[in-house]
Amino acid sequence: MGIVEILSFGFIQRALIAGSLIAVLCSVLGVFLVLRRLSLIGDGLAHVTFGSVALSLIMGVNPVYVTVSAIPMVMFSSMGILKLTEKARIYGDAAIGIVSSIGIAGGIVLASVAGGFNVDLFSYLFGNILAVGSTDMIIAAVLFIVVMLSVAFFYRDLFAITFDEDLARCSGIRTRTINSVLVLMTALTVVLAMKVVGIMLISALLILPAVSALQVARSFKSTIIASCCFATISVTIGIFGSFILNLPTGGFIVIVNFIFFILAFTWKHIRKARV
Amino acid sequence: MAVDVLNIEELWVKYNGAEVLRRISFRVGPGDYVGIVGPNGSGKSTLIKAALGLVGAESGKVALFGASLESFTEWRRIGYLPQRLKFFNPNFPATVEEIVGLGLLAGKRLPRKLTDEDRQAVEKTLEFMGITEIRKRIIGELSGGQQQRVLLARSVVGKPELLILDEPTTALDPETRDKFYTLLKNLNKELGTTVILVTHDTASIGTYASRFLYVDKELIFNGTFDEFCHSEEMTNLFGEYAQHLICHMH
Repeated sequence: MGIVEILSFGFIQRALIAGSLIAVLCSVLGVFLVLRRLSLIGDGLAHVTFGSVALSLIMGVNPVYVTVSAIPMVMFSSMGILKLTEKARIYGDAAIGIVSSIGIAGGIVLASVAGGFNVDLFSYLFGNILAVGSTDMIIAAVLFIVVMLSVAFFYRDLFAITFDEDLARCSGIRTRTINSVLVLMTALTVVLAMKVVGIMLISALLILPAVSALQVARSFKSTIIASCCFATISVTIGIFGSFILNLPTGGFIVIVNFIFFILAFTWKHIRKARV
Repeated sequence: MAVDVLNIEELWVKYNGAEVLRRISFRVGPGDYVGIVGPNGSGKSTLIKAALGLVGAESGKVALFGASLESFTEWRRIGYLPQRLKFFNPNFPATVEEIVGLGLLAGKRLPRKLTDEDRQAVEKTLEFMGITEIRKRIIGELSGGQQQRVLLARSVVGKPELLILDEPTTALDPETRDKFYTLLKNLNKELGTTVILVTHDTASIGTYASRFLYVDKELIFNGTFDEFCHSEEMTNLFGEYAQHLICHMH
């Protein structure tokens, strides 16, 4: 089957559009999270998403709105991680660990109450971008606009706190507000990304494009652009490749991302050796 | 009467229940060049951080340019160079130019866009600091001395009225260190920038600073270098020989 023929399928078109929007969001936020050593926040919030999805399914929420229904709980948890770090003087990774385990524990208990894991819950765990419907696409587009506008508006503040929080504070930047903006945008993105790669692999979509970009980029701006390119190309190759080879799309996207990382890493070392 | 640039009254700072600073009070006027010295672990850096609100005080008052720290908003008037960046990542992907540009964000409204004028200011500062040729380099690839110059450029690019520097010469070789001190002296003399310099380099500071604070958990001495050298109290504290060395080494 040729590319043009594959592209003629409506579900492939929707997957490509929604997948690219989510890839850009993950890759942009990923740069800030990786550099701030908050990479695993995506993993933690994904586990909370698991709990939220289990709660939505047990409450009989229409599957179309499960994504939206998970948003408040995940946003609340993202703020929980931040507050634990700030107020309880708990290291970021420990705070993520606490919220993450509560999320997954809640999900398991709820799934057990509902009579065990069912097909719906598994589709959220491992993602199914080829099943993206029109409503999902609209949700992805709206959240994409909200998150990207926020990143553009707070770009210099985000850059400043990523470089050094104390210096940012001495420039009059409200670091707590900017941290909140960052984790809330991450929460929104994680909920969206569960359709693409599934809850289990969300953190890969946040981390891998960013670390690949860090190998090759020569400025902060170019890191963000390179991260977007790696993520979008990975999602595109992943969707086509998994369809042609009849493999799980989420896993395939992550593997393509990992190959890009290996290539970028090798290229960086070759370049260093030449210098 | 000119408003004090920094006014600290009865400042107490505790960390995990232990006293780090006790009853510190001093003033810094416009155009002063103040050296803060003291042994390792004496609380010098904490004092600076408390003055900037980066460390919470147990009690006491801090005022910057006449406004209490809590209500102070004119951060563009202050340039700060920390001893070391909190979580500095050697792979941080920003260029020298991008880092120096960060020094212009204070006082701008969101989304804090840089104007052509700002870009010119960055250009001039790079030139002034002698780092124009490394403008496109990634900060993590530079030597300690070059990084320090970049961070100093970041702190002076906005032409602050008060420049606070915490152990800025630690990573510098003796030659670069002397150039650095001369540069600060020029900023102080030519532009009237008030300088507060934290250092353990007690002997060198005498050449440059107009005033000298000796801190060891509390403020032990506050006066000119000359007064320090002739203070009986300091002779008793350091011993005659050590005081002589400090006063005659520069």
